[in-house]
Amino acid sequence: MLHNKSFVKKTKGGKVIRQVREHYLRDDIYCGAPSCTICNTSGARLSASPSTILVLDTNVVLNQIDLLENPAIDDVVVLSIVLDEVKNKNLSVYNRLRAICSNPMRKFFVFSNEYHRDTYVKEMSGETKNDRNDRAIRVASQWYQKHLGDAIKVLLVTNDKENKRKASEEGICAETVESYVKSLDRPDLLDLLVRPSSEDVEMEDVEDHRPSKRKIIYAEHKPMSEITSGLHRGIYHQGKLRVNRYNPFEAYVGSESIGDEIIIYGRSNMNRAFDGDIVAVELLPQDQWQGEKSMSIASEEDEDDDDVHLAPNSADVAPRTIPQQSSTGEINAGSGRPSGCIVGIIKRNWQSYCGSLEPMPIPGGSRGVAYALFVSKDRRFPKIRIQTRQLENLLDKRIIVSVDSWDRQSRYPSGHYVRTVGKIGDKDTETEVVLIENDINSRPFSAQVLACLPPLPWSVSSEDLSIPFRQDLRHLRVFSVDPPGCKDIDDALHCIALPNGNFDVGVHIADVTNFVFPGTPLDDEASQRGTSVYLVEKRIDMLPKPLTEDVCSLRSDVERLAFSVIWEMTPEADIISTRYTKSVIKSAAALSYVEAQARMDDSRLMDPVTTDLRNMNSLAKKMRLRRIENGALTLASAEVKFQIDTETHNPLDIGIYQIKEANQMVEEFMLAANVSVAQQILKSFPLCSLLRRHPTPTKEMLEPLLRVSAAIGLNLDVSSSKALADSLDHAVGDDPYFNKLIRILTTRCMSQAVYFCSGDLSPPEYHHYGLATPLYTHFTSPIRRYADVIVHRLLAASIGISKLPSVFQDRLQLTSIADNLNYRHRNAQMAGRASVELNTLIYFRTRPTDTEARVVKIRSNGFFVFVPKFGIEGPVYLTTRAEKGSGEWYVDEQEQKIKKMDGSFSYSILQTVQIHLEVVEPQPNRPKLQLTLI
Amino acid sequence: MEYVSPEGLRSDGRRPMEMRQIRAEIGAVSKADGSAIFEMGNTKVIAAVYGPREVQNRSQQMSDKALVRCEYSMANFSTGDRMRKPKGDRRSTEISLVIRQTMEECILTHLMPRSQIDIYVQVLQADGGTRSACINAATLALADAGIPMLDLVTSCSAGYLNSTPLLDLNYVEDSAGGPDVTVGILPKLDKVTLLQMDSKLPIDILENVMQLATEGCKAIANYIREILLENTKQLEYRRGS
Ligand SMILES: [Zn+2]
Repeated sequence: MLHNKSFVKKTKGGKVIRQVREHYLRDDIYCGAPSCTICNTSGARLSASPSTILVLDTNVVLNQIDLLENPAIDDVVVLSIVLDEVKNKNLSVYNRLRAICSNPMRKFFVFSNEYHRDTYVKEMSGETKNDRNDRAIRVASQWYQKHLGDAIKVLLVTNDKENKRKASEEGICAETVESYVKSLDRPDLLDLLVRPSSEDVEMEDVEDHRPSKRKIIYAEHKPMSEITSGLHRGIYHQGKLRVNRYNPFEAYVGSESIGDEIIIYGRSNMNRAFDGDIVAVELLPQDQWQGEKSMSIASEEDEDDDDVHLAPNSADVAPRTIPQQSSTGEINAGSGRPSGCIVGIIKRNWQSYCGSLEPMPIPGGSRGVAYALFVSKDRRFPKIRIQTRQLENLLDKRIIVSVDSWDRQSRYPSGHYVRTVGKIGDKDTETEVVLIENDINSRPFSAQVLACLPPLPWSVSSEDLSIPFRQDLRHLRVFSVDPPGCKDIDDALHCIALPNGNFDVGVHIADVTNFVFPGTPLDDEASQRGTSVYLVEKRIDMLPKPLTEDVCSLRSDVERLAFSVIWEMTPEADIISTRYTKSVIKSAAALSYVEAQARMDDSRLMDPVTTDLRNMNSLAKKMRLRRIENGALTLASAEVKFQIDTETHNPLDIGIYQIKEANQMVEEFMLAANVSVAQQILKSFPLCSLLRRHPTPTKEMLEPLLRVSAAIGLNLDVSSSKALADSLDHAVGDDPYFNKLIRILTTRCMSQAVYFCSGDLSPPEYHHYGLATPLYTHFTSPIRRYADVIVHRLLAASIGISKLPSVFQDRLQLTSIADNLNYRHRNAQMAGRASVELNTLIYFRTRPTDTEARVVKIRSNGFFVFVPKFGIEGPVYLTTRAEKGSGEWYVDEQEQKIKKMDGSFSYSILQTVQIHLEVVEPQPNRPKLQLTLI
Repeated sequence: MEYVSPEGLRSDGRRPMEMRQIRAEIGAVSKADGSAIFEMGNTKVIAAVYGPREVQNRSQQMSDKALVRCEYSMANFSTGDRMRKPKGDRRSTEISLVIRQTMEECILTHLMPRSQIDIYVQVLQADGGTRSACINAATLALADAGIPMLDLVTSCSAGYLNSTPLLDLNYVEDSAGGPDVTVGILPKLDKVTLLQMDSKLPIDILENVMQLATEGCKAIANYIREILLENTKQLEYRRGS
């Protein structure tokens, strides 16, 4: 059946044109009930004999998606008109709904009512689009009821009063979400319901006062039209809000229009905006540009103190600091940076948050319904008010909460409970929290993904060997050097002395792309995950275990496929020639760093592998020296290593990871391979290569380092990486740890390197500052990083052994892949750090310790110390909270010292102090690490 | 953009392998020697054929075969925005050429030396697939004019969107900028006479898409044959009476 829809549409140029579209109505759209005798039931998704089938209206889906995700809600018919409307209004809800519909465990059926002969409705004259769509939903409900007969009840779920009234008139069963969920007799589901915004709430539900008496706390958000014109006239500035991870009362909006960051201080200036929201900002008058409270450690009376954290290893994870004012609170001339307040929110970025309820007494008497404040674990987000009927049950749990609304009268946004993760402090729960917080997919691989694996057990076949471009290198003495217990061995090496005195040096990398083909479910999944994630006692793989630990892993004594970079090098480590080939290798030994080091150090050993190791080490040292001469930075961070109890999985010992010469040797050859490959792929594909760049740190980023070095009289030249490297070499203090400390402080001023698509930037921007090389990429770890998989494909195409997959022709997609890899990479790092922090806490719970620490940051009421032995950093208070501001201490900004008023005592930057480390529980179930001076 | 829903329906309610409704009418222009209207969905094309007749410009006359000329145009009202398009722009010149070459391929020009055949096609309504509709209309008009042909030429397009081959793209799907393959065939001889694509496609997918378009051409050929048969019966009936 054919039908023409006609409508008018406004074109980009502003002209109004009439459009006619064909609309075919069909008789082959089925109802999805397996028991139906009329329809084809092959695609049926509903239960065999449901008692009730739900039809939802658009607003129910938009508001209650958390409820729909709960498996208790099933046998739902999703109409195509509802899907269309949801898609137009909120893409993320649409994607979640689609995910439910395609989940084979759920009984959600999509009914294309818009294309069904009997359920399509034509717009009537004078009818609005909304009314027409509501009518379509009712017509479909009615059709279902008639089609399925009386044995099955078809229930239309709608909160729209008018729609519900009309439905009843037309003989359709209709209910509101609340009354439907109540009828299920599941109180926990009620918590999932979104609270209606405050004006709709019945009086008895508002525990505050009557709306008219409620105090207005926040300024009004300007209407969209005013924002648009304000942006146009340049009085407002648009940007994404980023909240300081370490101080939630401070946020930044990067504004292109003023070419600088605008700082937003305090909750009232932030005016209900969340991290990630796109906001409109108005600048404050210049005399209000100041950082009033940034100097003290704890910022506002109702928030927790700063916690003890793992010491940052780059600027991306370090707390942001604002140039400080003098201790008297006067503003230094010219130091003010643009400050602003938020006048409107252009796009919300509300998500689900993971955390726990603020401890509170359980109210007696009320019929189970209580209000509670939810505190997100990620401090960038404000507390969220929720209503719950299971308070007692939730108080000691980690839970997930969604935000629903935030009006001007409420200090906190209101939201609703989504689900419970587990008990607070329980190791598994906290680990899951770490994963959720960092958006890490730790679900088992799907059947479709596993179907892409080669038949197991896998071994090199004669076909693999007969491929002309695959070189047989099984005769070479190849070996690998990795951390102890490493199962995903990405790389192996060889080094053979040639008759002419040169060396044949090879880096062999697992040939992952021989097993992971572009466009397969396996490839999509790996691309989404982006990287393996390493937690203290757990690894979340990017590729399924058989590939990660067996088929791809270059284990010893088995034949494996590899992608090899082979150089001829002079004894001076000059590269004479480079070639790339797919290969078959057989590793002779899988050594740990310690083993490799011990072999090299033991002068009695003269076996071939040890000789190779020594040759390589001597080459590596020369390569390293040359790199450093070129200005590569030797940075430092304190990486923590735990010894884990195999029974309890609790940490037994903790210490700083010792870097051996063998580590540096392997690293050197990996760097060289990556640089060679970067040059090769860029030569072949100048516009679509995936590279890695490290931006030169800005003056502003180095500011904290310079302030410290000035205070201690150290002269650091930061004009170039070479100059900085040299001055770091010359930075020697009285104690042996001084140089390392300065390097650690330097490292945390740098931002991290990022992936990018070569076509998006110009060659000078490709520069890698830390390695001081114009080109760099990642080639050497394809088992655990997807970037390397992409680079393998590029390299294979560049040497002509395979075609370039079609994705490389789509630069936009390539850019979005690079963005995702950066996001995943950063999240994996944050998760790894959080996992270490978690284990540190568990370790010290039973082991209060006295240790040495170094002052790294001065504050008005204390200072931050870095504990070298455990790699952690945290605040030490000199005044208690009650005494705050009593003026007993003052800060000497010039000398970076905090001094007692009477001059009797002072602490200066980098000074060594003795501290006591202990886990305390200021609130039940909220243990934290505390540092105090001895 | 989602051009095929997970339920397997396109934005206008068709399934990927379904063609739009087609309709044809013979003899729409009484002055012409042959004429036809051809519709594919909301795309509507009229074609008129004059000839074989004396060559107007003597210098173009060919002693061994007939001269085939083609003029393609779009009515100003054919798209929603009623834009005045200049005659002879690059696009129409190109389409004229494509139609002429395709039709010339199947007309038995050697039977009509020193004569001229003029084909005029005009798009009355444009909603995607105009090229194919023009060729189909021209075939019908030529048949109506009684011009000897090797076989009927029919044409249909297919595209590739959301990783799905789609038959007979409408305007919305056509504007997605994905690959769009137009195929013309001689159905009885099973020969491809026209293949156009203005985008990149991996070779294995191209084969699938082409196969689909060819199926479409065959379906159109069946329909055109029916129409011609019906038309002949009508004529016979009129003559008989
Ligand atoms: Zn049915």
